[in-house]
Amino acid sequence: MTTTTTTPGMSLGVLAAQGVQQIPQAVRKLDPRLMWRSPVMFLVWLGSIATTIAAVGDPSTFSVALAIWLWLTVIFGNLAEAVAEGRGKAQAASLRAARSDTVARLLDESGAEREVPGTALRVGDHVVVEAGQIIPGDGDVIDGIASVYESAITGESAPVIREAGGDRSAVTGGTRVLSDRIVVRITAEAGSTFLDKMIALVEGTSRRKTPNEIALSILLTSLTLVFLFAVATLAPMAAHAGAPQDLVVLIALLVCLIPTTIGALLSAIGIAGMDRLVRVNVLAMSGRAVEAAGDVSTLLLDKTGTITYGNRQATRFAPAPGVSETRLRDVARLSSLADQTPEGRSIVDLALELGADDRDLPSRAEFVEFTAQTRMSGVDLSDGTQIRKGAGSAVAQWVGSTPSADVLEIIESISRSGGTPLVIAEKDSDGTGAVLGVVQLKDVVKAGMTERFAELRAMGIRTVMITGDNALTARAIADEAGVDDFLAEATPEDKMAYIRKEQEGGRLVAMTGDGTNDAPALAAADVGVAMNSGTAAAKEAGNMVDLDSDPTKLIDIVEIGKQLLITRGALTTFSIANDVAKYFAIIPAMFVAAYPALDSLNVMGLATPQSAILSAVIFNALIIVGLIPLALRGVRFRAASATSILRRNIYVFGLGGIIVPFVGIKLIDLLVSTIPGIG
Amino acid sequence: MTDTMGGLLSIAVLVGLLALVYVPLGDHMARVFMSVKHTRVEHGIYRLTGVNPDAEQSPKSYALSVVGFSLVSIAVLMAILLGQAHLPYSRDMDGMPFWTSFNTAVSFVTNTNWQSYAGESTLGFTAQMAGLAVQNFLSAAVGIAIAIAMIRGFVRSRSGSLGNFWVDLVRGTFRILLPLAFLGAVLLMAGGVIQTFTDSTMTTLAGHSQVLTGGPVASQEAIKELGNNGGGFFNANSAHPFENPNAYTNYLEIFLILVLPVSLTRTLGTMLGNRRQGLALLGAMGVLWSVSLALTTWAEAGAHSAAGQAAGAAMEGKETRFGEWASALFAVATTGTSTGAVNASHDSLTPVGGGTVLVNMMLGEIAPGGVGAGIYGILIMAILAVFICGLMVGRTPEFLGKKISARQMTYVALYTLTTPALALLGTGVAISRDSTADAMGNSGGHGFSETLYAYTSAANNNGSAFGGITVTSDFFQITLGLAMLLGRLLPIVLVLMLAGSVAEQGKVPVTAGTLPTHTPLFVGMLVGIILIMTGLTYFPALALGPIAEALA
Repeated sequence: MTTTTTTPGMSLGVLAAQGVQQIPQAVRKLDPRLMWRSPVMFLVWLGSIATTIAAVGDPSTFSVALAIWLWLTVIFGNLAEAVAEGRGKAQAASLRAARSDTVARLLDESGAEREVPGTALRVGDHVVVEAGQIIPGDGDVIDGIASVYESAITGESAPVIREAGGDRSAVTGGTRVLSDRIVVRITAEAGSTFLDKMIALVEGTSRRKTPNEIALSILLTSLTLVFLFAVATLAPMAAHAGAPQDLVVLIALLVCLIPTTIGALLSAIGIAGMDRLVRVNVLAMSGRAVEAAGDVSTLLLDKTGTITYGNRQATRFAPAPGVSETRLRDVARLSSLADQTPEGRSIVDLALELGADDRDLPSRAEFVEFTAQTRMSGVDLSDGTQIRKGAGSAVAQWVGSTPSADVLEIIESISRSGGTPLVIAEKDSDGTGAVLGVVQLKDVVKAGMTERFAELRAMGIRTVMITGDNALTARAIADEAGVDDFLAEATPEDKMAYIRKEQEGGRLVAMTGDGTNDAPALAAADVGVAMNSGTAAAKEAGNMVDLDSDPTKLIDIVEIGKQLLITRGALTTFSIANDVAKYFAIIPAMFVAAYPALDSLNVMGLATPQSAILSAVIFNALIIVGLIPLALRGVRFRAASATSILRRNIYVFGLGGIIVPFVGIKLIDLLVSTIPGIG
Repeated sequence: MTDTMGGLLSIAVLVGLLALVYVPLGDHMARVFMSVKHTRVEHGIYRLTGVNPDAEQSPKSYALSVVGFSLVSIAVLMAILLGQAHLPYSRDMDGMPFWTSFNTAVSFVTNTNWQSYAGESTLGFTAQMAGLAVQNFLSAAVGIAIAIAMIRGFVRSRSGSLGNFWVDLVRGTFRILLPLAFLGAVLLMAGGVIQTFTDSTMTTLAGHSQVLTGGPVASQEAIKELGNNGGGFFNANSAHPFENPNAYTNYLEIFLILVLPVSLTRTLGTMLGNRRQGLALLGAMGVLWSVSLALTTWAEAGAHSAAGQAAGAAMEGKETRFGEWASALFAVATTGTSTGAVNASHDSLTPVGGGTVLVNMMLGEIAPGGVGAGIYGILIMAILAVFICGLMVGRTPEFLGKKISARQMTYVALYTLTTPALALLGTGVAISRDSTADAMGNSGGHGFSETLYAYTSAANNNGSAFGGITVTSDFFQITLGLAMLLGRLLPIVLVLMLAGSVAEQGKVPVTAGTLPTHTPLFVGMLVGIILIMTGLTYFPALALGPIAEALA
């Protein structure tokens, strides 16, 4: 979870610098056409204008100070958004550099080549790219193989191999071919390439309000209206009580009550959520997808590469009766010393781990390679001893006798547990052979995955392992990894059917995929994460692209989605809870003259009515700035059940939201009350 | 036995009695609305009115039926009130003035029972029985129907309908309200509540003769409390000895007020197949009710004011046959529900007591709330709580397996906006009129409380009056009438639209990532949200009324 809890470039110092840098932008955002997008802040903006007019007409320290702080409230809100956007803009600038005009070598039907600008390419055009040249647009390699440097997009400095056919054929415009020559069929028009989309995304230009943001905005607007009614009707009520209130005071009360904190930070939270994804090298095509990630309740994970390391490794030596484990170990090691397959190397590693000598192969020993005919490999030693390892039936045939019942039992139990049995046998120089035992090869579950799945389960997310293995093997690995379900011998149709079944039960499904045959399932899933190394079809079908092509990241994506929603909820709660203290500051200040008894509501002991009102307004403005880091970083998320997350957040943001302003307003009052004309 | 012991004991017995009927009555009501069979009488009614009882209604059609039925009911009732002189048993009463009849008709059809007239000196028996009492039944049945339709919205999955309003209305009336009201009337009569069709003349001690207004009081009294109506046969309402003669009838009336709203939470749990949810909502209602009762009783029985201390008790405006404890209990029960019946003058309650019953209504009457209205009121608040707090667990908020997104929040937001807007705007406009000062019974903070109480009571369809203020002018008749009408119909339409929007959805399965809504944590959260939302909305107004008074 380190990816979600620490984000680079988020130290307070860096943020402060970015904040100062964005002040001009925040002021530019005072344009009413932009302000209108947030009804809450638009109302503050209107209030600022009214207060300014009132302050100009009847200047006093109090009214001028109020006007200044109301404007600052609006500007601080804009600043949050500007900082969030600014972080994306820096990234977009570096991406734009990669998009710099390229020249494409267009192939016509006759095979002749001519140079055209990259922007003139059409879908279906074929272009040639050679070592040192920039790929002019998104496409699929249809001929050749090349190493491609994709750091402009992924930040990854190691080049990747792209070749015609298969699932590694997609190339992205703006990346550079390092070696060889490829022919690329263009799959995206200039202007709608992956790079263009990415720039638009990180800049936030294509940002639309997400469904949950809309629902929250509706709540905030209705709260604003309630407070507008409360304050507007307070005017005649106050007049009746013999304490008519100045317009500026009523505006100050209104601004303090309406949910400015969350209203000001709402869009910054959304932008920052996308930004956090970008920082773990995942591109979400929409904010809606990020939100859906938080709601996911079923994760489909490919076994190979996600849950397991993907290659079988030796995990155990099971000697035949009468053979010591040491002997089996040493013989197995000897047979594998020259074997360069991952399985062979893992046998040597396991033998060393279990205490075998680190000796080289004796001289004049001859390595016997695996062939499809023999289905065995091994060594022939100079003294005539032959060692073989291979599938049970092949080795039995070689030895010339069926293995003993005990050995068969071992083979059977290894198969049952999802492993692959590798039988080791030895033949003397005189040709008498014997089975020495069995090496258990197993698909090893990645370290930490079991814990990860347990965390997901605690969060209410089911994990489903997808594998091409048979049911027996699949079950064994599923049990070991601790996933909730598995889909064995899975075809793309099976995946699709599984997704449909889950969705019919009301669950949201997330999956990763890279192949063209994954595309329908990626499109059907609520969160479909395509690997950047995958085909264009897969990337088109998914709603996110993982630039690192790391399927494990699906879990991070879910956490970022949840974190986004939690941050919104937490700041909303905080914002509403804040109002309690503001009432205790402002209401006695307004009416203490008419009803002196109301002074006992002044629990903070604020100096004067003016200083009380001004302090509440100042607190209201400063809290926005104070919470910008939290809005951008997100509330710390830890995997736990809904109940325990809720309890913690209610204490921190609910109770905290009630208490903090009491302290804050009092402290501000201590300062403000020293100003002549206020205190 | 001291007053305190007696008071506590009577509260404990009341809670015990409610607990006793909770399961059987709640489950009976669930069966009433889940059954597919119609009784013979019901069949007859459907045939007569041309209703197809087995047809389901869309949310829109359901809502139109409710609104249409309510408007027709208002028209019919107005006609009766205006023309009562031509009706039998009219006790030679003239027809009501137009705007008074508008106000009264709206008041009884909306289950408010705000009374800007004195029953005994204005209405004949026919108007009381065929006009007002009929609406006492029907308006309560409408409330139950809406609650049931909303529950159906959460029960159903991918459905476009919410049931049939006419069937719900008929069943609520015939299978729930009529039998219980009959039983209640018999018990009240046994306790001494009168049931006659004549006035009686008696000779006073001084030798003069005096006419004592009689009437079919017990039958009207039972449904007045049971249906959370609150409109008294007499102007003095349940403080009148013919409506509420003694401690026993007082106790029975309080029981009748609370029994349906409390038991309906069981109905909800049973219909949802999630009994703990019903208990959790009842828990939230119970917490608010207990706090409110404790505050009011402390204020009333404690004799904290100077006058109270001098007299030894805060007995002004209370009946000696009930005392402070039973008066406080009645006041909290009547304002925590949408009843509005009173057995003491709320105008004379201590500032803290009067403020608390005022806040009871401002909470939206959800402790335990009006018949049916309490259920949909607290469900709305639960959705709001789920939305705000549900985000904090990192998922799109969901309640009872239904996602709460923009569409649902629109209805919830408008619902929560309606009553505060009506109450505050009404008060604001009224208070800014010069003539209002003359209508108030008091000046200063207390006079302001009278106005605030009137509009809060009307907008929340409570109907209890703080008293003191004279509301017979056309201005009050019209504005309070509108507040009642809009305060009833707008929320109902919004609730039905909300129910329809969740009925359309499929169900989201419960996982460990789901915010549980039946736990004490959620109950605490719900109570917190209700208190904070109400507090934030009304604090400035309260500060100028009861708070300023209480602190003085």
